[in-house]
Amino acid sequence: MKLSRKWLTEFVDLSLAECGDREFAERMSVSGSKVESTEDLSESMHGVLAGRLLSIEKHPNSDHMLVTQVDVGRAEPVQICTGAWNVHAGDLVPVALHNSLLPGGVKITKGKLRGVLSDGMLCSLKELDLTVHDYAYGVIKAAAILGDYHPLDPQKPSIPADIRAGDKIYGKVIAAQVTGVENAGVNLWRCALETGKGPAETVSDCQNIHVGDLVAYDTGKDRICSLEDLRAQQAEFPHCIPDGIFIMHEDVRPGDDIRTLLGRDDHVVEFEITPNRPDCLCVIGLARETAVTFGKPLKLHTPVVEAKAGGDIHQLAKIIVEEPELCPRYTARMVKNVKIAPSPEWMRERIRNAGMRPINNIVDITNYVMIEYGQPMHAFDFSCVDEREIHVRRAREGEVIRTLDGTERKLSSSMLCICDTHKPVGVAGVMGGENSEIVGDTAMVLFESANFNGASIRRTATALGMRTDASSRYEKGLDPENTYKAVQRACELIELLGAGEVVDGVIDVYPKKYEPAVLKLEPEKINALLGTQISRGTMRHILMSLGFTLEGDQVNVPSWRSDVSHYSDLAEEVARFYGYNEIPTEFTGSVTTCGGFNEKQLCEREIGAVCRSLGLDEIITYSFISPSYYDKIRLPADSPLRDSLRILNPLGEDTSIMRTTVLPSMLEILTRNYNFRNKAAALYEIGRTYLKRPDGLADEPRVVSIGAYGPEMDFFVLKGWVEELAESLDVGALRFEAEREDPSYHPGRCAKVYAGERCLGVLGQIHPAVAENYGVDTELYCAELSFEALFEAKGGIPVYKPLPRFPAVTRDIAVVCDEKTPVGHLTDCIRRAGRPYLADCALFDVYTGHHIAAGKKSVAFSLTMRSEEQTLTDEHAEETVKKVLQALEKDFGAVMR
Amino acid sequence: MKEKMQALRESSLKAIVDCSSAELLEDLRVKYLGKKGELTAILRQMGALSAEERPVMGQLANQLRADIEQAVAARRAELAAGALEAKLEKETLDVTMPGVKKRLGHKHPMYNVLDQIKDIFIGMGFEIEDGPEVELADYNFTKLNIDESHPSRDWTDTFYFTPDSRILLRTQTSPMQIHAMERRKPPIRILAPGRVYRKDEVDATHSPMFHQIEGLVVDKGVTMSDLKATLNLVVEKIYGKGTVTRFRPHHFPFTEPSCELDIQCHKCGGKGCPTCKGEGWIEVLGAGMVHPKVLSGCGIDPDVYSGWAFGMGLERLALGEYKITDMRLIFENDVRFLEQF
Repeated sequence: MKLSRKWLTEFVDLSLAECGDREFAERMSVSGSKVESTEDLSESMHGVLAGRLLSIEKHPNSDHMLVTQVDVGRAEPVQICTGAWNVHAGDLVPVALHNSLLPGGVKITKGKLRGVLSDGMLCSLKELDLTVHDYAYGVIKAAAILGDYHPLDPQKPSIPADIRAGDKIYGKVIAAQVTGVENAGVNLWRCALETGKGPAETVSDCQNIHVGDLVAYDTGKDRICSLEDLRAQQAEFPHCIPDGIFIMHEDVRPGDDIRTLLGRDDHVVEFEITPNRPDCLCVIGLARETAVTFGKPLKLHTPVVEAKAGGDIHQLAKIIVEEPELCPRYTARMVKNVKIAPSPEWMRERIRNAGMRPINNIVDITNYVMIEYGQPMHAFDFSCVDEREIHVRRAREGEVIRTLDGTERKLSSSMLCICDTHKPVGVAGVMGGENSEIVGDTAMVLFESANFNGASIRRTATALGMRTDASSRYEKGLDPENTYKAVQRACELIELLGAGEVVDGVIDVYPKKYEPAVLKLEPEKINALLGTQISRGTMRHILMSLGFTLEGDQVNVPSWRSDVSHYSDLAEEVARFYGYNEIPTEFTGSVTTCGGFNEKQLCEREIGAVCRSLGLDEIITYSFISPSYYDKIRLPADSPLRDSLRILNPLGEDTSIMRTTVLPSMLEILTRNYNFRNKAAALYEIGRTYLKRPDGLADEPRVVSIGAYGPEMDFFVLKGWVEELAESLDVGALRFEAEREDPSYHPGRCAKVYAGERCLGVLGQIHPAVAENYGVDTELYCAELSFEALFEAKGGIPVYKPLPRFPAVTRDIAVVCDEKTPVGHLTDCIRRAGRPYLADCALFDVYTGHHIAAGKKSVAFSLTMRSEEQTLTDEHAEETVKKVLQALEKDFGAVMR
Repeated sequence: MKEKMQALRESSLKAIVDCSSAELLEDLRVKYLGKKGELTAILRQMGALSAEERPVMGQLANQLRADIEQAVAARRAELAAGALEAKLEKETLDVTMPGVKKRLGHKHPMYNVLDQIKDIFIGMGFEIEDGPEVELADYNFTKLNIDESHPSRDWTDTFYFTPDSRILLRTQTSPMQIHAMERRKPPIRILAPGRVYRKDEVDATHSPMFHQIEGLVVDKGVTMSDLKATLNLVVEKIYGKGTVTRFRPHHFPFTEPSCELDIQCHKCGGKGCPTCKGEGWIEVLGAGMVHPKVLSGCGIDPDVYSGWAFGMGLERLALGEYKITDMRLIFENDVRFLEQF
């Protein structure tokens, strides 16, 4: 919401001099009306003065530029070059001088244009951030100047290059030389012509005609032809454009600052209004907040309508509200003998400064009232309303209306419409229909000032994809008591502007009067909630100045404050103006609680710490993935993992389902790093997966996801990580089983890991086909370990084991066995057979090749033996080795090498 | 004999001093003092001396032996010192060459910040709560006093799993307030960080998935004053001592009164600069007194208990802490980015 400080002073005596923008913003923000920004409009534009063109000459080095001498109220005129052709000597124009600033941050400095000094720039409407709605006479019309003719096909010109006055162009159109131009009123020029057959004179509304120009003259219609008349394209006359300098017809003198003319001597404050306070989306609402914030009176005005046209609206119009639930109130007044014209400068200025565009007096009045009172209004051309009846009803399914923005809208029965007896003339609270639009010859206007159900308006606006100024106000729920005041104000403005004659009487369909909430003022409860000692008197004062009325302890909430329904709401009102920052800052909680992490959270932190000590970087990935990722990781079509929760309204396919596995997320990040040409990556994430539950919600188990690639990576590095992780959590002995079935992993380089009978997860090299699906041609390694399983398997507090007192004896053995025999099985066998003295058994070599039979391998272990009771002798050691060798031979046919 | 000894003294001491290695020195020692050595050979001739001469010569011989031994010892020490010096010289390294590093992993920058915040709150007696991301609209909205027609429920804003808008991806961590109040009995002091989801396209400041941190206190006698004291302390811990704060009224359906907490811009000291968009203040979090309707909806009597809650965005905090300019970096997980924290 943009608020003009000038407009505000109509309701609260708070001048810019008394309170600068900074202080205003600070105090309003801390009382609850958050200020987003403040803007001194005069700062965003300066150095633009009114100037009178003294003379215009052709630029010596350009075929389309003009050199002008301009009186800007100084002793010497300034010289300015322009490419616009709509200027004439004597014109009053806006001049941006050297070092000036235009809206939008454009800086103007002097410079040479094709060798000729230009001391600034002549401005168009657009350059001043204006449109023809601000100055209707600013419309520019261009004649086709034959000297500017550039044939589309140079080989086949429609107009010969050597055309001269008197030559025929087509039909009755001939070339004519302009011999004189003089002003004949706003945008009118009396041109003297040499037609080749003698002089002629005509008045043209084209503004780009100058003495010496060769023009196309329609002798039949006695007019100088525009491009349209010649059916020429813009490209054929590149400089004869309907654009140019803003020629002013205003009461300004050379040297006057344009900012005063445009109302740019104002400051605009932009507020962020929270959705519970639609009453603040208007000047009066913000004025009320300002008045209480600054302790000043609020000066409200009651509109007075004379209704000189007499008559009775009830004789002229009928309003039937068929859906009182969706339209609690519909208030209307009628205006006859409407004269559509631009609204006065002061109104255009206020509308502009509030961030809207002026259109014409009637439309501007509706917008003005909306900005001032917060009540959206609509004006219908009543002559377009069949049988003079307005029906507020639901649209018929499939009914169509073309709205003011020129778009065909297909309506549905959930949408409320304003209709006549046959057709919709507006989408209620959203936008009017083109069929009843205010146009130049509108003579009879019906002002609608209605209250609609906010939720319904919001749904309609959303469904139609058109959020308008009106709908965004309505959707928050407006004050039904406001409709009457607003329509009165609109009619008052009609009379003030002389824009028409107001018909007597008001139609006000308001079957169920709004009952405002009634609350009890309980100061002790409010103080207990805030931790303050604010007096009852202070509370009463704050509430009353906000428009609440009090009868004893009974608080009557004003109609515009439907957000207040509970004592805690009153507490907020009191606190806002007592000052949030005045509330004492003290710890008042009574009981001390013992904070901390729970067991699971501690385990999660420990896993993270171990992963980092292993050199893994932590990543954070999206929980949603694309269904196609399941194909990428080669999940079979019937895999239960494909049964994902599906988002019905995803941003896109790529983020449309909740992952049931963390693998695709990890692979995506590994791939990204690979594509970034990072030589290596080693990553982890403790990520959630989302598994459908019968009740429609999800189990969200976490998975420790590890992924890596790089020159140092192989299966055993990955396995080492998993072992270290398990060991640091003290999950007990691990068992790794070759896993050939997991479709995402290399069938020969994948294992499931168990702690006892509990499967902790899977690890291995990613299947080359999967890597290829990701466009990666290096080996990727991943592990997926169940966080819950790790947590369950986690050991307790470690118990001290005495350090060995007797020395150990070591013996190395090498056995030859079948190549397929897993080393893990040999190790298990050795550990079993080596009891009681075997303390450790470490693999140190696996060898195939020379001296070893085909299909066999040599495996070498280092055995460490120790006793807690004695120093072991050679005999003890030999005996243990013998038992081990016997067992290996018995179980695996492994023989000593 | 005396002359012989004198000659031996001169030749031996010179040879010892000139000796260049420990091995040669040992050879010399044997040559002069050994059983078959030169001094021994001279002493063998003692028998031929008179009784008067013998003690004198004996004393001289002993003196000579001692001197040679001392010379050998001295030379040995010299040689050892020289050898050590040579060894050390030979072993000298270029210490400017790089060390051998074991690469350590890095915590994600955002979780660095999150852990910092968890620690602050744990220090104040808070526990950490965790809850579902696939959530009921009841918990995400209704029980938080967010009415049926609230725009945040729109399908354009919230991700839904069921056509009846019953199950969704939580859009805020505030449903954790409800879970906590249903699971626990006052006094409640919990911090609930987690992932939340909104239908925002990815850009430098938006992501459809982001993180929030929710805090909730419910107890007897909890006031807005307590909220201010606690959050001021937290802000000081995060942004440093002396950080200036201001509490500003705001609106959340589930708290009343509601507020936003701003800190004075550290870059411009409140004068207004690009960092604070000219406002002089930077919004940090939203908070408020738990709405009595929310309390009673969770079976907590608002006439006995009161509470306060707050919520803050984690991404923005982390971005600010590390001066990260683009939120996309957070979820891109480029190791060159991760390594920096």
